[in-house]
Amino acid sequence: MTTPVAQTDTRSITLPLTARRAALGLTALLSLLLLYFIGVDQGATSLFGSDTHIHEFVHDARHFLGFPCH
Amino acid sequence: MEFRYIYRGLGVGLLGGLLAFVFARIFAEPFIQDAIDYESGRDEAQSALDAAAGHHAGHEGAELFSRSVQSNVGIGVGMAVFGLAIGGLFVVAYLIVSRRYPDVRPRVLACLLAAAGFVSLYLVPFAKYPANPPAIGHEETIGARSALYVTMVAVSVIAMGLAIVAGRWLAGRVGTWNASLLAGVVFLVLVAIAMGLLPAFGHLSSNKAEYGDFATETPQPLQAPDGRIVYPGFPADVLFKFRFYSVISQLILWSTIALGFGALAERLAVAPARRASTARVEAATTEPTPTPAG
Repeated sequence: MTTPVAQTDTRSITLPLTARRAALGLTALLSLLLLYFIGVDQGATSLFGSDTHIHEFVHDARHFLGFPCH
Repeated sequence: MEFRYIYRGLGVGLLGGLLAFVFARIFAEPFIQDAIDYESGRDEAQSALDAAAGHHAGHEGAELFSRSVQSNVGIGVGMAVFGLAIGGLFVVAYLIVSRRYPDVRPRVLACLLAAAGFVSLYLVPFAKYPANPPAIGHEETIGARSALYVTMVAVSVIAMGLAIVAGRWLAGRVGTWNASLLAGVVFLVLVAIAMGLLPAFGHLSSNKAEYGDFATETPQPLQAPDGRIVYPGFPADVLFKFRFYSVISQLILWSTIALGFGALAERLAVAPARRASTARVEAATTEPTPTPAG
């Protein structure tokens, strides 16, 4: 009888924490993904094979922001 | 609750990236063009040398985007997205740290965090592996160079985190001022060790074998077989301007985030209090009204 009560208690405490963590984690992850595409992809490593459209398009920015480039 | 901060962090990051782009478009693009012109001139001189020596001339790949697209749209999109991503990382760090130290004023915390981000994510890696314009950088070492650069960034960010933790720990023992100085020393010692251990780009084995003992990949004068210089080394003034403007544009981005987010976070921090107090005032003014009527 007491177990369900304890469970709802824990849930009410952890849910807002998890939502916050999810928001922060997702923001950090997407930001790192963007940084990867601006800075590294289609240079040293490539997610889309040997295509170089992203690399060539952001070419000047990549150099200017300090990332190593071809 | 967090989303109001996250939107604002992303917004100021985007704005900072756009401002840095405007600066780059006006001041840096002429030097990027100089570097590309140097590269094409050097390639021509090299193929003339190759032809004289009887080698087959190398073919150049087709251009995917014209120079005008790259130097107007491409760099703009690139820097705006970079600003957005930095704004995202910044706001995550801000939300974590501000919960831990709720007594620090939002605009002060925003400035401190942006300074830490600028130094650890950009300035320290730049000190070891500075930004290079087009024409500098050998294609065959891109893998090694990217790995070394990312390693330098990671070490620098971790060192910054350790220095801040050390500073907080020392603050209760030797006072805030001395603790901050000591934390700075901790950071410098850690990154100095990393800089000492990581190799210079020019000292990568394939570079040493092909080009000789140079610390960087900056093109040296091109010599004909008889030793006469047929094309100069990379112009030093172009290199300086490019790197100097690279630092300035990052400063523009990080300052925009520091000041813009700081101001917005201050308003957010007082917003609930203001709403609560106006609600109380409204309640106070509306409550007595029925009394005279009744």
